Amino acid sequence: MQTQEAIVQGLAAEPKLNYLTNGWTIRSWLLTKDHKRIAIMYLISVSVFFFIGGLYAGAIRLELLTPASDLLESGTYNKVFTQHGILMIFFFLIPSIPAILGNFLLPLMIGAKDLALPRINLLSLYIYWAGGALVLFALMQGGVDTGWTFYAPYSTTFSNTYVMLVGLGIFINGFSSILTGLNFIVSIHTMRAPGMTWFRLPLFVWAHYATSLVMVLGTPVIAITILLLALERVGKIGIFDPSIGGDPILFQHLFWFYSHPAVYIMILPGMGVISELISNFSRKKIFGYEFIAFSSIAIAVFGFLVWGHHMFVSGQSMYAGLVFSFLTMVVAVPSAIKVFNWTATLYKGSISFDTPMLYAIGFIGLFLVGGLTGLFLGAMGLTVHLTDTYFIVAHFHYVMVGGQVIAYLGGIHYWWPKMTGKMYSEFWGKISAMLIFVGFNLTFFPQFILGYMGMPRRYAAYPEELQVLNIFSTAGASVLGFGLLMPVVYLGHSLIFGKAAGDNPWMLPGLEWRTASPPPTENFEKMPVVTWEAYEFGEESGLDLEGARKRDAEATAAT
Amino acid sequence: MQNTSWVPLFPEQASTFAWQVDLLYVYLIVVSVAFTIPIVAAVFFFAIKYRATEKYATPDEMHGSMVLEVAWSIIPFVISMTIFLGGAIIYYQQFTPPADSMDIYVVGKQWMWKVQHETGQREINALHVPVGRNIKLTMTTEDTLHNFDIPAFRTKADVVPGRYTYMWFNATKPGKYRLYCAEYCGLNHSGMGGWVYVMEQRDFDNWLSGNVSGQTPVEAGKDLFENKIGCASCHAGGPTQRGAKLEGIFNQDVKLVGGATVKADDNYIRNSILNPASQIVEGYQPIMPTYKGQVTEEQLNSLVAYIKSLTPNAAAGMTAPAAANTATAPATNANSTPAANKPTAKPLANSSK
Repeated sequence: MQTQEAIVQGLAAEPKLNYLTNGWTIRSWLLTKDHKRIAIMYLISVSVFFFIGGLYAGAIRLELLTPASDLLESGTYNKVFTQHGILMIFFFLIPSIPAILGNFLLPLMIGAKDLALPRINLLSLYIYWAGGALVLFALMQGGVDTGWTFYAPYSTTFSNTYVMLVGLGIFINGFSSILTGLNFIVSIHTMRAPGMTWFRLPLFVWAHYATSLVMVLGTPVIAITILLLALERVGKIGIFDPSIGGDPILFQHLFWFYSHPAVYIMILPGMGVISELISNFSRKKIFGYEFIAFSSIAIAVFGFLVWGHHMFVSGQSMYAGLVFSFLTMVVAVPSAIKVFNWTATLYKGSISFDTPMLYAIGFIGLFLVGGLTGLFLGAMGLTVHLTDTYFIVAHFHYVMVGGQVIAYLGGIHYWWPKMTGKMYSEFWGKISAMLIFVGFNLTFFPQFILGYMGMPRRYAAYPEELQVLNIFSTAGASVLGFGLLMPVVYLGHSLIFGKAAGDNPWMLPGLEWRTASPPPTENFEKMPVVTWEAYEFGEESGLDLEGARKRDAEATAAT
Repeated sequence: MQNTSWVPLFPEQASTFAWQVDLLYVYLIVVSVAFTIPIVAAVFFFAIKYRATEKYATPDEMHGSMVLEVAWSIIPFVISMTIFLGGAIIYYQQFTPPADSMDIYVVGKQWMWKVQHETGQREINALHVPVGRNIKLTMTTEDTLHNFDIPAFRTKADVVPGRYTYMWFNATKPGKYRLYCAEYCGLNHSGMGGWVYVMEQRDFDNWLSGNVSGQTPVEAGKDLFENKIGCASCHAGGPTQRGAKLEGIFNQDVKLVGGATVKADDNYIRNSILNPASQIVEGYQPIMPTYKGQVTEEQLNSLVAYIKSLTPNAAAGMTAPAAANTATAPATNANSTPAANKPTAKPLANSSK
């Protein structure tokens, strides 16, 4: 009886609304408090910055095809590499995973209706837009040429470009990170569903917790640094420039006190994504859950204590250098723990090679190279030779692109069916993942050798004997660029022509897979109660595996 | 340069540091390969062996292993400590100039390197040095940060406005090596470079004698001190002089008003000329005006060299503030003072240690 009534009611009711169909006006997007809509708006804005930053990267590689500074004259080249760095770091890498995937998934994963502070979440997006708009405006006015590091006294006294405008943009944008981090910390503490204990949290959430700590504690320091830079540049108050009584090394200490932890803002969320992918696509509980969770926290803590390893040749005292080098070696250990645990998770799993998993496996290889070359740069005697060369450039691109960007793309592919309800073409997904892997290595591996040969970074012109390796690098960049453009096409295509993905296409246990795709505005129809441990793939976690097999069999029979 | 392989892998080894840095580099490559190959092999092996054979399988759970976790925390830690120690030992040498080094002064400027030799030679975007001698560079800049970088010597150091920084090397092979500016310094950063010429001692002597172009830094400093700037009006004249006594102070501890003690090294002298009020010597009035903006970096170098020459034992090699052994340095230096400007009998004798 009851069932019959329900069916009648169901037939009469409107089709269920999801977060995408709940309101079609622009106003309903711009004034939304829904973390999922905010995440989608972040996705679009961050992609725009990634695209512009990528165009700058293309210009750099084209200029370096020949030894002379011929395509771009050196003043333009200086602006191009500066703006590449600023856009990619402050407006793409830092917000990429936290503001898009974190925003979308964190409430779903902990079983909440939204983040704890939804209005603050929307405010963070507006702040990001304000900062980004200012920077784009400055770039159109003529740009900036200080390098993304803004080293004084060049930035305070010598550069005639739009330092203040760009600085203001980054200053404003910092508050967006702080608010996002704050929101995540509060939500993880207060919004977990009944039964969702700390050690049942997906590792993605742990990684975001660690990232948020760094965002909240570190970002104010870059704000202060930019403020001091402005005081000196505009007010002529001697802080960094020795000709008016300042100390240029002070700037480097302040800058790296934020910017080294910021490196971990850029890699920890990626590690969180990879933990999800490895475990879910091997259908096996992650090996050493607690060790991976606490290694994220350890990285966040030690990450604050190693800034001086950027300053081994800057005139810092030798004994300070020794301490920083030692601590840098210590940070290597939690990173190694993660890699070993991911590898061990594969052992005796049931591994499938969907597109996201290809990214995860690629990540392990690239992060190994990025992490191990970090040891080269932590060894002081060797880094005296390597610092300020292309070895550094290659190292941080292996960590930032080989790490974070690969993880970000893996995450986008993994959660795309959840975010849009549509499935993309597996075939093109795999092709693109492999092109990106090959193109990336061809671009950046030769730069390690260039660096050891002594080619300094930020050079518009270089000695002729180094041309062959630069040609390899530029060739690789074109493959990489092509590979990165492909998802725009097939993911866009899937929005209109893609198959319906279903709520749980891979039959995975995470809470985000236990609601509709795309999820309704309030995330869950009724508040979930968690009775299972993290990463339990069997029937005991409430998954209807038998039903799913039957459905698949029917589907194959039908075709 | 002489390296003619199709894709060059190593720059030339032309200093006493080169083989050590290269050895550490090779050690790190070996460590990296030793970690990478087993992990990548395991990933591929597991990925193939345990690939999904049925959909939605539920393989047995495995909770992790304390033994493994401890093992793969401790082993990387121990290996990373060997890397730390190797790096620290080489770094200590790179930034501890030997006491018997030959001094050369370097001033960076957008976008050129200006070099002053003790014998008065000056050069721009070039540095001539003899093979097998310890060479110490005392460096500063007229404008923004630069970095004096010679990849073939495997060393570099930032050049910082407002202070002196130091680097040293001992070239082992005559030849011509690239010199770069490695710290971004604006518009023509990539054009700020030149060549380091390492010459046999005899050729170097010829180069020196054929190229005299003015006073030595000490002579120039004396001229500035006594005539052009007139420091002597306060800092000379015996017991009644108004300014602090400069004879014999170099590398000695100086008591300041307020009770602090500082060592009178290059940076102290430089700072006392530019910011005299910041460090007043006990017993003197703060009456000295600042000379900031009135002396160029090169004149400062000369003044510092002259004031150093007022301390009898503090010739060329005495300027190693980073060296831990400064207390014993004057004694050893007294014996070898003249060596700085003369060819040593056995050029390579300095290279060890």
